[in-house]
Amino acid sequence: MATRTLRQAQDTAFETDRLYNVRRIFGQSIAYVLLIISILPIVIGYAWVIIATFSYRTEGLLPIDAEGNVGGLILDNWSFLWENKFPSYAPIWHVTLNSLIIALSMVVGVGTISSLAAYALSRMNFSGRKSFLSLTLILHAFPSVTLLIAIFFVLRFISGMPGIGKWFGYNSVGGVALVMISLDLPLGVWLMKGFFDHISWDMERAALIDGASRFRVWWEIIIPQIKPGLAALSVFTFLTGWNAYLVPATFTIGGTTANLPVYLKQFMSDTAPVNWNMIAAVGLFQLIPVMIFFLFTQELLLNIYSGGAKGGA
Amino acid sequence: MTEAAMAVKVREPTSRWARIRATLEAWGFMSPAIILVMVFFFLPVIILFVISLTSLSSSNFGDPLTFIGLENYVRLFRDKFFPKILGNTFRYVFLTLGFFNVGLALVLALLTTHINRRAGFFFRVMWLLPRITPSVIYILMWRRIAHQPPFGIINQLVTPLGVEPQYWLFKQPWLFVILVNGFVGASFGMIIFTSAIEAIPKDYITAAKVDGASTLQIIRDITLPMIKWPLLFVTTYQTLSLLASFEYILLLTDGGPGLYKTEVWSLTAYHRALKTYFGHNQWGYGAAWGFVLVGIGIAFAVVYLRVFRFNELVQEPKIDVL
Repeated sequence: MATRTLRQAQDTAFETDRLYNVRRIFGQSIAYVLLIISILPIVIGYAWVIIATFSYRTEGLLPIDAEGNVGGLILDNWSFLWENKFPSYAPIWHVTLNSLIIALSMVVGVGTISSLAAYALSRMNFSGRKSFLSLTLILHAFPSVTLLIAIFFVLRFISGMPGIGKWFGYNSVGGVALVMISLDLPLGVWLMKGFFDHISWDMERAALIDGASRFRVWWEIIIPQIKPGLAALSVFTFLTGWNAYLVPATFTIGGTTANLPVYLKQFMSDTAPVNWNMIAAVGLFQLIPVMIFFLFTQELLLNIYSGGAKGGA
Repeated sequence: MTEAAMAVKVREPTSRWARIRATLEAWGFMSPAIILVMVFFFLPVIILFVISLTSLSSSNFGDPLTFIGLENYVRLFRDKFFPKILGNTFRYVFLTLGFFNVGLALVLALLTTHINRRAGFFFRVMWLLPRITPSVIYILMWRRIAHQPPFGIINQLVTPLGVEPQYWLFKQPWLFVILVNGFVGASFGMIIFTSAIEAIPKDYITAAKVDGASTLQIIRDITLPMIKWPLLFVTTYQTLSLLASFEYILLLTDGGPGLYKTEVWSLTAYHRALKTYFGHNQWGYGAAWGFVLVGIGIAFAVVYLRVFRFNELVQEPKIDVL
């Protein structure tokens, strides 16, 4: 009896009711339309950067040439690559190198330090383990930008230390990298611990019984097994370092220590009148690695930015 | 857990010395992380609090610290712009949260899970773009979108509709502050809600459909109640992040146009202490603004651990399948 009513109901819902299919298609179309409208600002923003890069100037999304007519594609905006358009700053390649140094130190620094700590948290039983783990969680959600004021004094202090002061103090690329590595550590430790927890113990246990040291086990057995996880963390930290604006802008005072975003921001506010099209070209130049990761590591980005991002903005 | 217990057994310390050795070994692995966390999290919290009790500013930098008790905090509440900044902060956090970080995030998760799988994935990836775009370039795009005639893109789009062209960013700074932050913030909730929605057993939905429930009824009576916890989590997590974040406002309006039009709490702390309009850094006063946020952050942390059993919730969206 019950099955029969069920089947009847199914019939009305799925088969005999042709309206159902019409409604379904209608509902789907609305979903598509809404989604397309919602992403329009992003698409328009990117479209402008690309159009502006190759035109004399733009009005809205239209390229305008020197005579004021629509059209005219030029490459002049890319001259920043070989001429120093912004004399108070270092040449673009120096600035790009700074950006790369920050991004790569984050990949290496966060990767190494957090996989060391995460290994201990995942595999070893020691006093203080639980408290450090919950601390990691708290710090992961903690609004670390509120600490920038105090970190300013920490960096000033490091500046005064002999030897390392010059490399890791205030107004140095190393100092910026160090701060950025530290701020991303809670996330890194937390993610890496998750990877370690999912790796089988068998090989490791065998190695330990055979008398291998913990460090050797970590390096020779565990690390090779979490390469996919390390790759995901690396993409995330590389992008964070490459895109960094707030930390470098706060702890450097321009000149030779600027990275690309700081350089671009200065370019936007210092040159008068602002050459928006060259700014777009510098922006597109900076977007190249971002776009490469966007196109080739989408799934990974979607996964990591939910567990990883600092939320909000 | 059983595995963990077994592994521990392998190295079960036989003597007291062996146990101490094992602990030292573990702390050896932990030490680089611990040192950096100490230097760049713990120490700053203490420094921030100590400085907030002093009159330290760029005019007396280098002199011995002058402790002035809670004077900076009193001054903060008596600040002529305090009501305005507080109001701005509430407006910024609640409007962005309501319309985007939770509201739009939920709508996007529902829409992208109700269409073809690959299309849904495509739209979610597109929504990730604002987050991975460098902030300076992202703001550059929005500034051109809301620019004055003849350059602004909005003007170009709405002029044929008979709308008066204007400098939108200047006319409607709040609209754009919220849009700019919301477009970045929405993706976090979207991803978490999506995985929560996809985890709902299909039988529930099918059963409801058999009973003749409409899509809206299914969403209201099945989907929403089943993603209650992720909803609460995203709401609190994003409230805290929004409260502390100011990078996009700094780049877009820098608190303007005009006096404190879009200045929020965290931006005030930053301005007062590090980037002042007049080149006078009031570190002590700025630290007081900042430390209030640190206090709120610590309060939130307690909520996470107690209410949310944080571990389980954060573990869920993590990359475990690659």
